[in-house]
Amino acid sequence: MNQTIFEPWNDPNEKPLIQFKNVTKRFGDFTAIDDQTFDIFEREFFALLGPSGCGKTTMMRMLAGFETPTQGQIILAGQDIAPIPPNKRAVNMMFQSYALFPHLSVWDNIAFGLKRDGMTRDAIGDRVAEMLKLTRLEKFAQRKPHQISGGQRQRVALARSLAKAPKLLLLDEPLGALDAKLRQDTQFELMDIQETTGTTFVIVTHDQEEAMTVASRVAVMDHGKIIQADTPQTIYEAPVSRYVADFIGDVNMITGTAKARNPGSEPQGDPTPPSMQPPEKRDDAASGTPQRLDPQPNDAGRWLHDKVLKFVLGPRSDAPKRLPPPDPTRDAPLASAQATPQPVEAAPGGLEIHWHEGAPPLIASNGDPALDGQTVTLSLRPEKMSISKTRPDAPNVLHGKVVDIAYLGNISTYHVELPDGLKIKAQATNTRRVSQRDITWEDDVWISFRDTAGVVLVE
Amino acid sequence: MRRLILIFVPYLWLLALFLVPFLIVLKISLSDTALAIPPYTPTLDLGAGWQGVKDFLSQLDLENFQFLTTDDLYWKAYLSSLQIAVIATLLTLLVGYPIAYGMANAPDHWRPTLMLLVILPFWTSFLIRVYSWMGILSGEGYLNQFLMWTGLISEPLTILNTPVAVYIGIVYTYLPFMILPIYAALERMDASLLEAAEDLGCSRLQAFWLITIPLSKNGIIAGCFLVFIPTIGEFVIPSLLGGSQTLMIGKVLWEEFFNNRDWPVASAVAVILLLILIIPIILFQRNEQKQREAEG
Repeated sequence: MNQTIFEPWNDPNEKPLIQFKNVTKRFGDFTAIDDQTFDIFEREFFALLGPSGCGKTTMMRMLAGFETPTQGQIILAGQDIAPIPPNKRAVNMMFQSYALFPHLSVWDNIAFGLKRDGMTRDAIGDRVAEMLKLTRLEKFAQRKPHQISGGQRQRVALARSLAKAPKLLLLDEPLGALDAKLRQDTQFELMDIQETTGTTFVIVTHDQEEAMTVASRVAVMDHGKIIQADTPQTIYEAPVSRYVADFIGDVNMITGTAKARNPGSEPQGDPTPPSMQPPEKRDDAASGTPQRLDPQPNDAGRWLHDKVLKFVLGPRSDAPKRLPPPDPTRDAPLASAQATPQPVEAAPGGLEIHWHEGAPPLIASNGDPALDGQTVTLSLRPEKMSISKTRPDAPNVLHGKVVDIAYLGNISTYHVELPDGLKIKAQATNTRRVSQRDITWEDDVWISFRDTAGVVLVE
Repeated sequence: MRRLILIFVPYLWLLALFLVPFLIVLKISLSDTALAIPPYTPTLDLGAGWQGVKDFLSQLDLENFQFLTTDDLYWKAYLSSLQIAVIATLLTLLVGYPIAYGMANAPDHWRPTLMLLVILPFWTSFLIRVYSWMGILSGEGYLNQFLMWTGLISEPLTILNTPVAVYIGIVYTYLPFMILPIYAALERMDASLLEAAEDLGCSRLQAFWLITIPLSKNGIIAGCFLVFIPTIGEFVIPSLLGGSQTLMIGKVLWEEFFNNRDWPVASAVAVILLLILIIPIILFQRNEQKQREAEG
């Protein structure tokens, strides 16, 4: 795999397709968009995500031309689009309600925009046929919109908005009206079509899962501002604020006072000795040879290489082809969130968070020591927390009682109440059947997580 | 059983309020005029038993219908009614559509008030409203006074007792019947359809022509029939505003009935009028049904 990663936003030489420059939009006293500056690049699948009323739809309508910015500029392909009316823009929109023309057939709906362009009959016919094929609607060309299903209507709307080959396609909650299963399929279809056509897509949605599935970048919005715009991974793993952390997925937030840790300090064990040692083999895995080895051919493979492949591919190189092994204390995936103990040592440095009097501070070795003395929030994803009935050996351990279990099939979410009333959610994969589940309601359990599991947030 | 009752009720309604009166009118149209009360013969005498019924039936004939063909007054009146109804319907559409369009695009909180304004005229007597138009349109009426005051004209216009006055009266009277169905169709229309049309390259005017008009088609058709059907038989407006020049079948009917006291001929005129109206009524029903199917 020699595919370059698609990250035009990190490339300073890349010219953005769309530039918002200090764009503000007010409706009377209400500020819908508050002085926003950001870029969207060609071939991107950009998601505007936020609760209703956060300004995401206004943003999209300004791109389509149905609203004009009160202040600032929107540049599309180097041109200020403010004076261009919607019917002259190289931008098409797929409406939330699909807005299919009920008196026209599927074919005529798709051809509608092409006819306005004054294309010849043959050219229109070819283009419509192409769109029907792309969206697998050939059989329904002569039907009226009320004679096809919701999923088909959605595809007609997509075909119609793509027919004019716009530079930019806007999708306003495109899957909102579909049921869950169909929505998932359609999400992948949408990604395929985006890739096939190479069109830049901007999608507006309030569904964070949808945004994360389809988008190359997600912009989380609140009160007319983009709080964070980044890849789904970054948004999820490294949110910049409590708002983003809370909006994307499930999260535990523990607020406390930060205290810088001594960068050189010895790994800090727990003051009380662990009641039970972690199983030996786990220890091995964690502290054993950190070197990841390159795959080596066996004898048969070596023979094949020497006799056949060498002449085609050239001599075999023994140089390491992989990335250097990850730092086990920082990046090792957290043991599938099963009730397995963590390594004892916490990396030096970072922060201690004193969140509850009498309780040992939580260690966040990835926290910024400059936050010393401030009130911070440690945000922790439930799947990064382990739950066990015996006290594990981990940098951070909390003790509590199971008050609720949400069984979701593949995983279960345990709601654990700590002695001071704080509720923590921890997730575990259901590798066993429910009847054999060893943790149940009212059980005393230990929750543990690594010193790097959380993100320290100030806002 | 309950279902039967449910079906029976509308049929009973139809029977009592349409079929029975129609049969009575049909019977009178087949009778002869007489100086009596009621002014026609024969009358059904059930006292004479079966023989009486037979006598009664044997005296009915189509004489009056034949009479209608001998005098060209009648078919001219039918044709003129049709012509006036068609023109008046188109005029009402021209006036009513923009009003309905404006109402449908008015801010939400204005709509109930606008609706009330459209319906308000129904709260006063139709007759009084037509009389007041006489006051407005007559030679020394308000309209002429106003126009002379503004200096647009120096001599009063003759409007009253011309076809123009009839058209004004019809458009005024039947405007709500045109506005309401069109408004209903326009109000149901999804505003994003127009945005979608614009997004796909339409100008505002094109979008109106390609989207708004086709989607309000059913409202237009319904409104036109609701105006056209009663206008054909209209007699108050032509007799009060149209003077002697305007020939309409409703007026002829009225004169036959009350001035000539020729009930049989008047009934024959009414029966023919009904037959003429059945065609647009059926078309209207079919349009309504098609619309229901498209929505269902």
